[in-house]
Amino acid sequence: MDHTSNYEPKSSFAKWWDDRLPVMRLMQGQLIDFPTPRNLNYLWTFGGILTFCLAAQIMTGVVLAMHYQPSAAEAFNSVEAIRRDVNYGWMIRNFHAVGASMFFIAVYIHIFRGLYYGSYKAPREVLWIIGVLIFLVMMATAFMGYALPWGQMSFWGVTVITNLFSSLNEIISGVGTAVVQWLWGGYSVSGTTLNRFFSLHYLLPFVLAGLVILHIWALHVSGQNNPTGLDIKTKADAVPMYPYAIAKDAVGLFAFLLLFAWFVFFLPDYLGHADNYVEANPLVTPPHIVPEWYFLPFYAILRAIPSKLGGVIAMFASIVVLVFVPWLDTSRVRSAKYRPLYKWFFWLLVIACLGLGYLGAKPPEGAYVIWSRIFTFYYFAHFLLVMPILGLIETPKPLPKSISASVLPSGGGGAPQGAAAAPETR
Amino acid sequence: MRFMKNASLATLALAIGAAFAPSALVPSALAAEGGHAHIERQTWSFGGFTGQYDTAQLQRGFQIYKESCSFCHGLSRVRFRNLFEPGGPQFPEEAVKALAQSWPNKIIDGPDNEGKMFEREPKAFDPILGPYRNDNEARASQNGALPPDLSLVAKARAVEYTGTWWAHPFSMLRDIATGYQEGGPDYLYALLTGYEEPPADFTLAEGMQYNMAFPGHQIAMPAPLGKDSFITYQDGSGSLEQNARDVAAFLAWAADPSLNTRKNTGWLVMLYLLITTVLLYAGKRALWSKIPH
Repeated sequence: MDHTSNYEPKSSFAKWWDDRLPVMRLMQGQLIDFPTPRNLNYLWTFGGILTFCLAAQIMTGVVLAMHYQPSAAEAFNSVEAIRRDVNYGWMIRNFHAVGASMFFIAVYIHIFRGLYYGSYKAPREVLWIIGVLIFLVMMATAFMGYALPWGQMSFWGVTVITNLFSSLNEIISGVGTAVVQWLWGGYSVSGTTLNRFFSLHYLLPFVLAGLVILHIWALHVSGQNNPTGLDIKTKADAVPMYPYAIAKDAVGLFAFLLLFAWFVFFLPDYLGHADNYVEANPLVTPPHIVPEWYFLPFYAILRAIPSKLGGVIAMFASIVVLVFVPWLDTSRVRSAKYRPLYKWFFWLLVIACLGLGYLGAKPPEGAYVIWSRIFTFYYFAHFLLVMPILGLIETPKPLPKSISASVLPSGGGGAPQGAAAAPETR
Repeated sequence: MRFMKNASLATLALAIGAAFAPSALVPSALAAEGGHAHIERQTWSFGGFTGQYDTAQLQRGFQIYKESCSFCHGLSRVRFRNLFEPGGPQFPEEAVKALAQSWPNKIIDGPDNEGKMFEREPKAFDPILGPYRNDNEARASQNGALPPDLSLVAKARAVEYTGTWWAHPFSMLRDIATGYQEGGPDYLYALLTGYEEPPADFTLAEGMQYNMAFPGHQIAMPAPLGKDSFITYQDGSGSLEQNARDVAAFLAWAADPSLNTRKNTGWLVMLYLLITTVLLYAGKRALWSKIPH
């Protein structure tokens, strides 16, 4: 795809600079002239929103780290001191804590958008896999971050999740115990564990930033997918990123910030757990240990399997399976808009994930377990059975001739039914 | 079933945007789940997304803390100076300094020039301490039970959802739309007013009390306030319910002293974001109107 930069240095200094480090040329090529499909809907603004989330988390996190003390004795107190005694500390701390949740809301929308419109299919496999890696690193970062306030849920969440690795003992005796002690830095979750989690929690966001750069690079090589799933074929299919896509991204970002600010200022503790306002106490186990809401679907999968090792394997497999999605989906049509059957199964997957999220917060008993198993089964069946089989038996709807044909009123000779009236293109 | 009909009507009401309708979706008649009693929601001056603390109520609440709770419970994350700072009870500064000096629980300071620790009177910048130096001392004099520090108790307690599963998402949406964060104070009010005679088939362990709101219903703390043993305010009024409400509000402030500023700032931020979003949207529409998309 042709999107060379139209950059022309305007001064002799700019020319001199451009010959040595063409960073302005790169910026103009990738952020201004870059051709974006003209039919992108607001779901495509979540890439920009996620970039904002990462930047905001890093900035608020750097300030918090100036006041936070990563020791078992002082961690909880220092977070309280931030809330009470640091100027605007309550705001920065709320922004960071709520920001984690907002990051996950955005990333889940982003992932499901990719699944709906087939954004993982050739030539975007590498782009997609980097995305899965980003998701994994994000989860690790969030998990370690949740440990830092050193409240009851922090402590017991870390205890439960790190203990999962002891199930490796069922494969090779002793390995699990060794791994768990290595993670803890001792024989139990302690200040040592907290200290290393803090170190990694500060490191991983920069790993994320690096992965995000690769993600955007891969995106700018293959070009953006779009609601029709068609490639950009002619100039008429695309508009320059600036001002068109940027203007839309800005609307999406600010609308998202409205939700973000609502939680930061009016519901800062809604997404957290009351027990985390009790300082960590190794001698008192909370009645229900639950992870943060964004881990609940995975927690439900973990507990749906009757064996500990099996549960751990299923939980990790539920993310690993995403890596193979580009090859598991056998359909040649990208967008679910033109896949009458897949569309239904996609929404089933959404329901299964929401259901798992609900069940992850419930005690593992009675009907809750049965439903966890049903949804877990569907989660895996969706990727391992539905995606390969559906592509072979489904008859897709006729595709529009091009992106522009799908949006121009009389464009390119006969837009396909439904396309012009599709609300998401407005 | 009449209840079913009511419930589905309530769902419908929410679906057409009645997110602000009070309590329509939490069927209060439902039995409690898993040992959690149903806790009634109270009306708080600081509730929802517009609420602010009522200074007079915080002052009354502090009186209850001082004359009842402080005999066993500390408030160590709150400092005396917080009592005269904006957004709190806002007692006169001089009164707070005098209060600090006369506070029965002294500050251990030191070491002095001879290497010895010494006791001194608290100053405005010192924490409001309870009577016990540490947890062990507390347990020793409380029959093994530990009276928790109350600085964060209003945030550290929540009300468990006890309705049906299908109404849960709607209940969550309603709480998000109305900015409900007062589960802690609701629980504290229910706890303080929840001391009752145990049901006939309920066996209490020795030294325990029956409390309707406490998980498991057995609580070590004897009723701090009673129907006939409430604290009278300066104007001569008072009741168990009023005492409980005021001290719950005071503890909500102790756990979240920046609430007033937070919500005031929040509205400015929301206004800024709303105006910017509308302007950006108008700009985007104008820009895109020239090209079919």
